[in-house]
Amino acid sequence: MQWEIVIGLEVHTQLSTQSKIFSGASTAYGAAPNTQACEVDLALPGVLPVLNKGAVERAIKFGLSVNAKINSPSVFARKNYFYPDLPKGYQISQFELPIVQGGSICMQVNGVEKNIRLTRAHLEEDAGKSLHEDFHGMTGIDLNRAGTPLLEIVSEPDMRSSAEAVAYAKTLHTLVRWIGICDGNMQEGSFRCDANVSVRPAGTVKLGTRCEIKNLNSFRFLEKAIDFEAHRQIEILEEGGTIRQETRLYDANKDETRTMRTKEDANDYRYFPDPDLLPLEVSVEWIEQVKQTLPELPQARRDRYMVEFGLSTYDVSVLTASREMADYFDAAVKLLPTQAKLCANWIMGEISGRLNKENMEISTCPVKPDDLAALLIRISDGTTSGKAAKTIFESLWLGECGKNVDAIIEAKGLKQISDDCAIEKLVDDVLAANVQQVTDYRNGKEKAFNSLIGQIMKAAQGKANPMQVNTILKKKLTKK
Amino acid sequence: MLNASLKELSKQLAEKKLSSVELTSFFLQRIKTLNPDYNAFITTNEEMSLAQAVDADKMLAKGEGGPLTGIPIAQKDIFCAKGWLTTCGSKMLSNFISPYDAGVIERFNLAGAVNIGKTNMDEFAMGSSNETSYYGIVRNPWDTKAVPGGSSGGAACSVAARLAPAATGTDTGGSIRQPAALCGISGIKPTYGLVSRYGMIAFASSLDQAGPMAKSAEDLALLLNVMVGFDARDSTSLQRAQEDYTSSLEKPLSGLRIGLPKEYFAKGMSQDVENAIDKALAEYRKLGAETVEVALPNAPLSIPVYYVLAPAEASSNLSRFDGVRYGHRAESYSGLTDMYRKSRAEGFGPEVKRRILIGTYVLSHGYYDAYYIKAQKLRRLIAQDFAEAYQQCDVIMGPTTPTVAFNLGEKSADPIQMYLSDIYTSAANLTGMPAMSIPIGFGEKNRPVGLHIIGNYFKEAQLLNVAHQYQRVTDWHLKSAV
Repeated sequence: MQWEIVIGLEVHTQLSTQSKIFSGASTAYGAAPNTQACEVDLALPGVLPVLNKGAVERAIKFGLSVNAKINSPSVFARKNYFYPDLPKGYQISQFELPIVQGGSICMQVNGVEKNIRLTRAHLEEDAGKSLHEDFHGMTGIDLNRAGTPLLEIVSEPDMRSSAEAVAYAKTLHTLVRWIGICDGNMQEGSFRCDANVSVRPAGTVKLGTRCEIKNLNSFRFLEKAIDFEAHRQIEILEEGGTIRQETRLYDANKDETRTMRTKEDANDYRYFPDPDLLPLEVSVEWIEQVKQTLPELPQARRDRYMVEFGLSTYDVSVLTASREMADYFDAAVKLLPTQAKLCANWIMGEISGRLNKENMEISTCPVKPDDLAALLIRISDGTTSGKAAKTIFESLWLGECGKNVDAIIEAKGLKQISDDCAIEKLVDDVLAANVQQVTDYRNGKEKAFNSLIGQIMKAAQGKANPMQVNTILKKKLTKK
Repeated sequence: MLNASLKELSKQLAEKKLSSVELTSFFLQRIKTLNPDYNAFITTNEEMSLAQAVDADKMLAKGEGGPLTGIPIAQKDIFCAKGWLTTCGSKMLSNFISPYDAGVIERFNLAGAVNIGKTNMDEFAMGSSNETSYYGIVRNPWDTKAVPGGSSGGAACSVAARLAPAATGTDTGGSIRQPAALCGISGIKPTYGLVSRYGMIAFASSLDQAGPMAKSAEDLALLLNVMVGFDARDSTSLQRAQEDYTSSLEKPLSGLRIGLPKEYFAKGMSQDVENAIDKALAEYRKLGAETVEVALPNAPLSIPVYYVLAPAEASSNLSRFDGVRYGHRAESYSGLTDMYRKSRAEGFGPEVKRRILIGTYVLSHGYYDAYYIKAQKLRRLIAQDFAEAYQQCDVIMGPTTPTVAFNLGEKSADPIQMYLSDIYTSAANLTGMPAMSIPIGFGEKNRPVGLHIIGNYFKEAQLLNVAHQYQRVTDWHLKSAV
């Protein structure tokens, strides 16, 4: 039987506020345990939460960027359960009325566009951390992370393969960083995915029983966990079994998912509106204000690049993989608007390659957009060749000659011979010295042409403009 | 010093006829001598109180004092006070020394008042007789066989027994007004949101409100002037212009319309209480007020609504007491769940456990709509009743409690009977409206009777005016139990 895999994702994005969602303590990562937990985070008797407006603003920003509805009021609710790293014995989250409702995200999978609908996105606080090692057999609690603001973004079950799930997660990852609400650092847990996976016979409508796989903190694990889980479910069903609804954990070492808890032993969280926090009102003016701070979004940027510069879907998707990358392209292309494709090729080729090699981000690239533009201008006006440009790029990267392209060309003698007379002289000299080959060519031996080109370039020490050499040689050979 | 009003004490302090250290030492001495009889205080700390008194005297010497500078105030042990043991009447917090000050404590400190000690209370403010306290029962100064009421039983007792000139209380379903009535003193629960809840250990967040307890309405006005104010650390705190609650005390009452809800004068009220209420109402008519009958058809539902909502919120509010970070932790346990189970089983008393169970139940999957949501709807209906009643009257009056103080142990075995002692008071918490109790005479066994006065939102000044005018022409509030 053919099976269809159905996937929905819940992504916890850590919002990039300086302080926590309900207290003034810092959210900075990596501090000594419990040094960033104030009395509110410790849930001392009598303390109360006060909502961080910055977190709300970021949620609104997200809502606007996915064309969702911003609910006003939205309501904070308490999710009650006991765990040592949950100091209050409840997590403040949003349940019935989340701040962001609906919306969608457009993504590309293998060059094909697909729209994924969002169910909702809600604000909540993170829990602390339990440290099970190095405490003489006891468990340590670090509450630095307790109260860190999260936006949980929940999709509809609109994905049909692990590749689609990864594409969606990557698009979302790009978006939250693009609009500046999350640093996207997956190692530090700023972007964590839970995947809801079910399977159904292809062509049927009714959803199968789903399993939720928790805490997938890399795109690779997301892909592998889904593949494993879908395979597991299909196997069970094909053997006539049934799927049990449960929460599962992905073990990266064994590349498998296993039961964490079943539906039967799931907590009754006893959600109810938090009486310490009033319903959250978001005025039309506030939404408008936030809208003004939104940058041009990835989708708009992609559309613009295609229309304005005629770039391919592929080029455009690479260039908009991050806002920094797109901004870099914008800054460079502004200086030579007619050479967008050349710009794109260099950014995706030379620059990306070099950054990868050095494990660097484009924001710290030593070759700035105007350096690149200066270099590309010298290629387009024929001053230097594409080949020599790679040497110049290397000099720019190393900061030689005050990062002045013309100075580098001068210093390294990378100027291209583009003067027709000079080239004609070179050609004439080579033709005069190779009468036999000229004859061969004229007798139909095409190969002789390339040999002649090689000799001319050699004579020019590689500096002659190849296009001009080509044209002039052809002209001379056909002219009798 | 014993029976002086806050105004008189303040005058003497300002005129240097009395120092705060003298006044503080006087009450500390009284507490030392008499507290063993009453058990009104859980904690006193002479050193800390006297240090505050010394500071107050310095303020007074510089002429920088305000109306409460140097005045000792008994603080309910529900308020976190930096460096003070803060137990909330529970074994759970028997080792909790607060590292911070509650908003209320901060405001008293800023005013130069002296914290004379932390008063006894029902455990986590859950009770109407002060019998649920881990720190023992409190006796009613009028009759030591009687309860002082609760949950602010220690506070009411401390004022009635003249162990402190004034006290703070908190009121979730009547916890200021009921003990004030049973101990023959005055107490007011302000409009929800006027007094900061920051640092006040939460029982039921949407109902809890702090307020003063004292000998007279005039004293209450001075105390409210200090207690009321916006606190950014409490999201339910209201931002309003500061009011002077003493400014309209002297307004004559002619033309005042007093609403008498027929539901509050139906069955349930004992004869002695009714007699005292009738006399008080006659006094008000003499003062120029008129009485009109009003209807609060949903008010009798206050108790069931209250006993769904308050435990629901409490069950969640008390989850933080888990033995992990502070408070009581069982000595031995096997594993995490066992630690929770034992620590909480040992740390909480039976009434607190009962309410956690009720609250957990009503919030449970499948019951939430039938209980919690339904109760919230009724809460709105009750508020509508009051809004309609205020179309016909300015204030609403009735008994604060159905009977005078009952005997110690009399109701402790029957929670429902105990819950019914809040039958008249809990509506003001459900609606958030201000309400107060003042002494208006004595009933059976010469135990005090309280008059309940409920006002519309933010009408504290009017309530205090109505109470003060009565106290100008009567002397029930001047009667001393000791």
